[in-house]
Amino acid sequence: MDNLLKIDNGETVKRSDIPQLSFDVFRRELLDFAVNGGQIVHYFAYEDDGVLKVMAVLRNDDGLYVTGSDVAETYHALTADCEKFHMFEREIAEQYGVRPYDHPWLKHVRYHANYRNREDVFGNDYSQDIPGNYDYFPVEGEAIHEVAVGPVHAGIIEPGHFRFQCIGEEVLHLEIQLGYQHRGVEKMMLEVPRKRMPVIVEGIAGDTAIGHSLCYAQAIESLGSVAVDEGARIVRSIALELERIANHTGDLGALSGDVAFNPPAAYFGRLRGEFLNLLMVLSGNRFGKGLVRPGGVAYSMGQEQRQLLIDKIKETKPEVEHVCDLLFTAHTVQARFDLTGTVDRETAEKLGLVGYSGRASGLAYDARVSFPTECYAGLPANMNNKTDGDVASRATVRREEIEHSFLLIETLLAKNVETESVLAGECKLAPSSFVVTINEGWRGEISHCLLTGAGGEILRYKVKDPSFHNWTGLAMSLRNQGISDFPLCNKSFNLSYCGFDL
Amino acid sequence: MESIVSFCFAILAAPLLSAIIMKVKAYIAGRKGPPILIKYYTLAKLFKKGSVYSTSSSFVFKLGPVVSFCSVVMVLLFFPFAGIKPLLSFHGDVIILLYLMGLGRFFTIIAALDTASPFEGMGAAREAYFSTLAEATLFVILLLFYRLNGSFSFAAFFTGTTAINLWSPAASLLLLVIVALFVVLLTENSRVPVDDPATHLELTMIHEVMILDHSGPDLALIELGAYLKLFFYSAFITCLLYPFQLDNVYLNGLIFYGIMGMIYVLVGITESIMARYKMNLVPKFILTSFALVFFATILTMEFVK
Repeated sequence: MDNLLKIDNGETVKRSDIPQLSFDVFRRELLDFAVNGGQIVHYFAYEDDGVLKVMAVLRNDDGLYVTGSDVAETYHALTADCEKFHMFEREIAEQYGVRPYDHPWLKHVRYHANYRNREDVFGNDYSQDIPGNYDYFPVEGEAIHEVAVGPVHAGIIEPGHFRFQCIGEEVLHLEIQLGYQHRGVEKMMLEVPRKRMPVIVEGIAGDTAIGHSLCYAQAIESLGSVAVDEGARIVRSIALELERIANHTGDLGALSGDVAFNPPAAYFGRLRGEFLNLLMVLSGNRFGKGLVRPGGVAYSMGQEQRQLLIDKIKETKPEVEHVCDLLFTAHTVQARFDLTGTVDRETAEKLGLVGYSGRASGLAYDARVSFPTECYAGLPANMNNKTDGDVASRATVRREEIEHSFLLIETLLAKNVETESVLAGECKLAPSSFVVTINEGWRGEISHCLLTGAGGEILRYKVKDPSFHNWTGLAMSLRNQGISDFPLCNKSFNLSYCGFDL
Repeated sequence: MESIVSFCFAILAAPLLSAIIMKVKAYIAGRKGPPILIKYYTLAKLFKKGSVYSTSSSFVFKLGPVVSFCSVVMVLLFFPFAGIKPLLSFHGDVIILLYLMGLGRFFTIIAALDTASPFEGMGAAREAYFSTLAEATLFVILLLFYRLNGSFSFAAFFTGTTAINLWSPAASLLLLVIVALFVVLLTENSRVPVDDPATHLELTMIHEVMILDHSGPDLALIELGAYLKLFFYSAFITCLLYPFQLDNVYLNGLIFYGIMGMIYVLVGITESIMARYKMNLVPKFILTSFALVFFATILTMEFVK
């Protein structure tokens, strides 16, 4: 393991301490790690003094590791030997114009010109607005028909293109093309003043504002050696759990609506509003924007807010339980959820699914347990009991997580610790350093990676939303399913378009 | 005169009845729901608008809504509302009646195919498949009624001394028929558990997806046609439930619309207490109705004569 540096979540390390391997060794090391049950947290390229380098952050049951290497303009794709790298390598090819040869499905990820003004790997003409000149994976035959959905959808949802290859009602293959919301977050983070950064981070995925801003805040706190008081940690953890409950209840309602079972859809919709309102009590914003800032929280939680939260949680907890019972005991709903959109454990492991999508397939990984931040080290973990990998499992995991989050919030509210409100102040970041922060957002593992240059300036800001892993899981879940079950499968994953598009 | 008035009244009342379903669903979901006249507002809004036609569609696309609307209206001409003699009636009109509905469906389907949209093609395939199965049930019901009543005209089924209803000797068989007809009603009118009229998810739709490209007055005709179709099936069941042989026409009418209202409420309740079936289970659901009436028909061969 000399080639990998073991690190902690949110620990600042000198970049010179990170092993710089030759690419061949690097490739072998990564493949070894990935094949033996390890997962990829980050694998990205960056430019340092005009030299193109790659860095990988890996995790397994024992901990978190980082390693790096120089990379040539073309190299032998890791994906050729291990599926876990497929999206990361496509991203590197798109961002830096490096061509991984032998990649089985080398295709643009988000449709933008690369950062180095090099020749495009995919031969795209970016003066065209819409990614049009790309051939989707075709299935040929007399009885095959192709269904194209999006990027403009019938509901008020984000844009994404779905291409189904079907035989009758059965889907043989689904290809998902995103990138319609690419805003250039990673590049923007290098250009904007520090004050604007939290605002941009909160907008990476609007429904995960707390999760992403936590990752950002922890990275800055670590690099700038800023201490966070106990009270602020409690508020942040409560906010993250409220975000989880709000989104999970909303999703259970949407799942119910997708199978045309109306009553729970209406009740959950109302309950979601209650939890968003609790975030508003904490921060003045229903999505918790403006709450988490490097150094603590921008709004302290007073006794009045604490009491409001305690009362509301007490009131809504049995309500959520009743509506869950209504949904999960309805036979017609069970008939729709069970054995629909199954992703087996092996596939989930190969794709590196995270969050409830992974846990529903039997991958127990929960960043709150494996790499605890904030208050999570002292809190009980959740156990997921239903791991069949189908829609029913993904729904049940959500239900269990809602109950677990209630417990966590109650525990945290019982700790009567005062907080100070902190306004984002300037702090000097440690020069030539590296930090990775991981948090379990409601969708799963969110991770930010920060590299600083010799003067303490940010050299590279890498963001990874859980959706980056899980979109492929959705595509796989549709194999040999009825096309009419797609909306249900889609909702059971409920992935972020903008979190993926950055 | 009575016949014309009852016919016009039916057409005017159909949208109101359809709104009852929405109200019931909203009520059970704990919401207030739209105003009870919502369907009239929708129709008025749509008739005021212009229609948009894709350049890739042909005259078939424009023909679809008109033909399907006219076919449902024609079907209603044969219907004895609340025991009142229909405008048209002759021996064998039931066959015409079923094929008029088939004609309407055919034109809806080819209008959908005309758009060349992959969704609409899918919806058309589902509609053709499921309504074929439902048609089988309807034909067996006709067969059964012929055996019970000896006539082959829709009006004659429900009038005269051998009228078919729950108060006649064949009542036990009719219970099966009523259940089967309710299944056909849910199928043909794209209600839960077969289809979801409220969904916005084009991949799961059956009927709604076929009319995605229609707009303005065309859409209004389709909507009104859908209300009338639902009205027809509910009225069919209503006629089986009660004889309508009172001398007072108004009282008959009142009972008729009262029972109709209850059937709509029942549809609303059904939609609220169950989820949709998986698409591949729908044929089994429809064929259950076929099995029921087929069984009823077999019984007439031996026991009821």
